[in-house]
Amino acid sequence: MTSAALIMMIVVQSTVTIITGYFFYKVLTTPPKPEPDSFAENDDVEERQ
Amino acid sequence: MSANKESWGTRVGLILAMAGNAVGLGNFLRFPVEAVNNGGGAFIIPYIICFLIMGIPLLWIEWTMGRYGGRFGNHSTPFILDNMTRLRFWKYFGVFGIFTNIAVAAYYCYIESWTLSYVFHSIGQTFSGMDQGQVAAFFNSYTDIGVSTTGIPYEAVIFYLICLALNTYILSRGLQDGVEKVAKIGMPLLIGFGAFLAIRGLTLGDSGSPAGCEDCDSLLGVNFLWEPQFDSLTNPKVWLAAAGQIFFTLSVGMGTIHCYSSYVRKNDDIALNAMSAGWMNGFVEIVLGASIVIPIAVGYLGLDWVKENAGFAMAFQTMPYLFDQWGPLLSTIAGVAWFGLLFFAGITSSLAMGTPWMGFMSDEFGWTRNKSAWSFGSLVLLLGLPTVYFYEQGVLGEYDYWAGTVSLVIFALAESIIFSWRFGINKGWDELNRGSDITLPIIFKPIIKFVTPFVILVVFVASLIQPLNNDWKGAISGNWEFDPSSIIGKIQNKAFIANRSYFADFFESEVAGTVAAITEEPTGEKTMEIVKTISYYRNEVNRIKPAPVDKSLIGNLNTFDSLTVLQTYTFEEDQRIIVQEGDSVNVSDKIATGSFVNNILYVDASRLLLVGLFLFICFLVYTATSLREKSEREKL
Repeated sequence: MTSAALIMMIVVQSTVTIITGYFFYKVLTTPPKPEPDSFAENDDVEERQ
Repeated sequence: MSANKESWGTRVGLILAMAGNAVGLGNFLRFPVEAVNNGGGAFIIPYIICFLIMGIPLLWIEWTMGRYGGRFGNHSTPFILDNMTRLRFWKYFGVFGIFTNIAVAAYYCYIESWTLSYVFHSIGQTFSGMDQGQVAAFFNSYTDIGVSTTGIPYEAVIFYLICLALNTYILSRGLQDGVEKVAKIGMPLLIGFGAFLAIRGLTLGDSGSPAGCEDCDSLLGVNFLWEPQFDSLTNPKVWLAAAGQIFFTLSVGMGTIHCYSSYVRKNDDIALNAMSAGWMNGFVEIVLGASIVIPIAVGYLGLDWVKENAGFAMAFQTMPYLFDQWGPLLSTIAGVAWFGLLFFAGITSSLAMGTPWMGFMSDEFGWTRNKSAWSFGSLVLLLGLPTVYFYEQGVLGEYDYWAGTVSLVIFALAESIIFSWRFGINKGWDELNRGSDITLPIIFKPIIKFVTPFVILVVFVASLIQPLNNDWKGAISGNWEFDPSSIIGKIQNKAFIANRSYFADFFESEVAGTVAAITEEPTGEKTMEIVKTISYYRNEVNRIKPAPVDKSLIGNLNTFDSLTVLQTYTFEEDQRIIVQEGDSVNVSDKIATGSFVNNILYVDASRLLLVGLFLFICFLVYTATSLREKSEREKL
């Protein structure tokens, strides 16, 4: 495998993985909006935006 | 009138369902094949640029339109578009958002049923000991519904019915208890299966290389996919392929994203949700999809073989053979992982295809969840059975082309114009930012308004007038002949050179060559091969390749001739072959007499079915509009 291909693969796949992980982490850690919101299963969550 | 009481359970469930909608068979099969056919590493740069200037904007447009429509109780595209414009005319573009889903689901469920069936065949070790040709022949027998591979008569039909019933049942459970639950189970499993196979693909190396094969190394496949070739960036064909791939991979232009996001309330985030689901799809495609099929196939069959044979059918005709090289236990696990992965990728997408119809019937006609789900199943069955019974006659391909390709582009073009120019980019941008959990770069505002519609327009025009063999330079310099796969070429049925009448009392050869062996079964069935002598040469790694006409292109390498079967025809007992062994035949020469029904009939009939479906949905939208107007008058 050539260095150029290896660098390309590592850069692209790492970037995509990091961005995906970042957005998903942000989704998981952002408190929900005040009720009524769109989601039926978070009614008992106290911490709201 | 709306009986629609659906809602999402959790935010993660919504994102997984949306990502599941986007992640489909194309992530694992179409993306690597497109990359291989478009210069390997050169493909990834246009792909990422198209994702940024077309994919992300379209995701935001569709999420925004859906949430906006949901505020007015609309959960399907015709009346979502109606909300955003003052001209009634645009509403009928929204018909595409229901039509596409039903038509695509009709054949998609069939492909999904193959994956389900192959999971069982992997567990039963059906492919154990088969060579590559036998595995490929197994698939051909499977899709030939008259032949049973398990002893179950009409196995393909039965698995199709099971798959469709499963989809319909899950849809009838609703958004939260059906679609969302499947996504929460299916997506993690899919990523787990994909990671297992990707690690195997990347670490395979040359350990599976058969004796004498010098280019059988999975890392050669990885290298080919990722080696940057910047000169290809000036090739318009590569850019068009990248833009096309972004369309299909994100499931934009279908109406499913509008439907899912129409259940999001007006102050909840959509910008971050869209990014999370969109990039999750990118992860599955770029990280997992690129690391499975091509590396594993190159590891056993060599880079040259993959370059020449890469295609959708590899999933079913090649992968089981490759897994079989790993021994009984690992091959079973790999088979279940691979076809299980494809099944989950398929079902999370096909479920999404059911929701626009259900939302429409529930909103406009007050249908219950059960009634709308089972009516969707019935419609899909009605349209899908021709794809099962007449798969070999090209019906599935026609559905895929018109509903799964052309319709997406038309609808995406219409919605991007409506969003930016009818609804207004300022209003649209404000709507997108309402309740957003991320700050959106302002650069995307002009991109959404100008660049995205322009890129889609280019993709559409290029598909409409694509020149023969994708030779744009040659076409611009003079002789512009349409390619059979262009929209105009398709309408003209340019792919049919011979046998252009629906019914005939003779059959014409579709290839030019020499009649070889004619054999007759005891049942009276006759098989005939047409062969041609083709020159080949051995390349530097001792692989055999067809020699180009201009021998200067291959230098001093020695060529040799080999007799190659171009086409095999099978004729029924009451059909008579009128040529003899050794005869030369040209394209359109008569080779048999009797009663024939040609494939062009099935192709045109499938187009009529699609037109009929489109008109039927137009009629429903018209009726729903009349009911709404009547209801308004009564209120006054």
